[in-house]
Amino acid sequence: MSPISRGFLGRRRSGGDPSRVPPGQHVTHGFPVLSAGPTPHTPLPDWSFTIDGAVEKPVSWRWEEFLAVAAEEITVDIHCVTKWTKLDTSWRGVSVETLLKTVETEAEYLTAWCDGGYTTNLALEDVVDGKAWVAYEYDGGPIHPEHGGPARLLVPHLYFWKSAKWVRGLRLTPTDEPGFWENYGYHNHGDPWLEQRYQGD
Amino acid sequence: MAGAALSGRLRWQLGRVVDTIEETQRAKSLVLDLPNWPGHRAGQHVDIRLTADDGYQAQRGYSIASAPEDDGVMLTVDRLEGGEVSPYLTDVLEPGDELELRGPIGGYFVWEASLPGPLLLISGGSGIVPLRAMLRHWAAAGPRVAVRLVHSARTLDDVIYRDELMRLVAFEEVDLRIALTRAWPDNWRGHRGRVDREFLESAAWPPQDRPRIYVCGPTAFVEAATGALVESGQLPDTIKTERFGPTGG
Repeated sequence: MSPISRGFLGRRRSGGDPSRVPPGQHVTHGFPVLSAGPTPHTPLPDWSFTIDGAVEKPVSWRWEEFLAVAAEEITVDIHCVTKWTKLDTSWRGVSVETLLKTVETEAEYLTAWCDGGYTTNLALEDVVDGKAWVAYEYDGGPIHPEHGGPARLLVPHLYFWKSAKWVRGLRLTPTDEPGFWENYGYHNHGDPWLEQRYQGD
Repeated sequence: MAGAALSGRLRWQLGRVVDTIEETQRAKSLVLDLPNWPGHRAGQHVDIRLTADDGYQAQRGYSIASAPEDDGVMLTVDRLEGGEVSPYLTDVLEPGDELELRGPIGGYFVWEASLPGPLLLISGGSGIVPLRAMLRHWAAAGPRVAVRLVHSARTLDDVIYRDELMRLVAFEEVDLRIALTRAWPDNWRGHRGRVDREFLESAAWPPQDRPRIYVCGPTAFVEAATGALVESGQLPDTIKTERFGPTGG
């Protein structure tokens, strides 16, 4: 039981439908930025997206090839571990399931890797069945570099650090290998509805 | 990327406010007595949880301003007008009040005195808070590497820890460079205007000296500063950032 904070009234859930705001989160109308280092700026001619690791045969797309893959419009709520939630964000991108169908694998995990050296780990079951995308448009236009453009992962049912910015590939792994923030004490899974912010939550 | 910073569970704990310090018109420091504090590293933060009498709760993260060597844990809070949590912490909370928090959190944006290489700290506004923990850790430890602090504020009165920073300049290893962006005294000898590439190049060590660079401030400040550093040849993997924005805090 938490003690009452003397004199604290709180703003209540003025920002939207409380059933859409996970515990400990509050709704923002801005789009805050959280990154561990400088924003990379990879020119599109140098960009590619690769699926490799524990697969029969790696596969890779150049930027134009990636844009030609069947894409979807996605409108989802996103939840950052720094406590903000943003409702009804709209994206365009390719579902991870569509991408994974191009490889043969028995792996059950993957590491998303990115320009700038960031990584994050995900179980395959968290990225199939319409749960994850590689997005390249936000709100009808290109994704701004500070928000992860040209392309970022979008895994909205997990805290947003799993939605890796500047993503360049998925490396399939037989075992679960903690990524960047997961190695610095953040939760390995990161379900906002279970408030899995830090190790042990 | 090795180094699990935390192990086991981060439990909520109760602290007591033992002192409050008006740093500027907007910023206030809270000195806390935390009987169950496990210790921290310079640059880490805590999560604070407030509870209203009907059970409603709000959480926010705040950087730790004190060094591991200091008595008590100090947080410095910048009051965001219309915010839900920061005005409570700066305007309502008083010595004697309890405060619920958990931490320390974050193992990446940290500096330890054992790390080699000169230390370049760059902050905008209240982004100086975790860098103050690094400076105090630096002063408490030895032998000392060279350190430079580049700090941007609107006016001289907006410089958090101003008197303390002036005392730090007494160390010969410390080079303090303050940029004032809105207004400055007539005799101001520091930088006038925003922190730009030219100013950063004059303050930074060359990349071959492998400075360890920490940048903290509002998103636009961090984007501009890190962009300028990379353009002037600093290696991206030597630059650690912490960004914050008006998130309703």
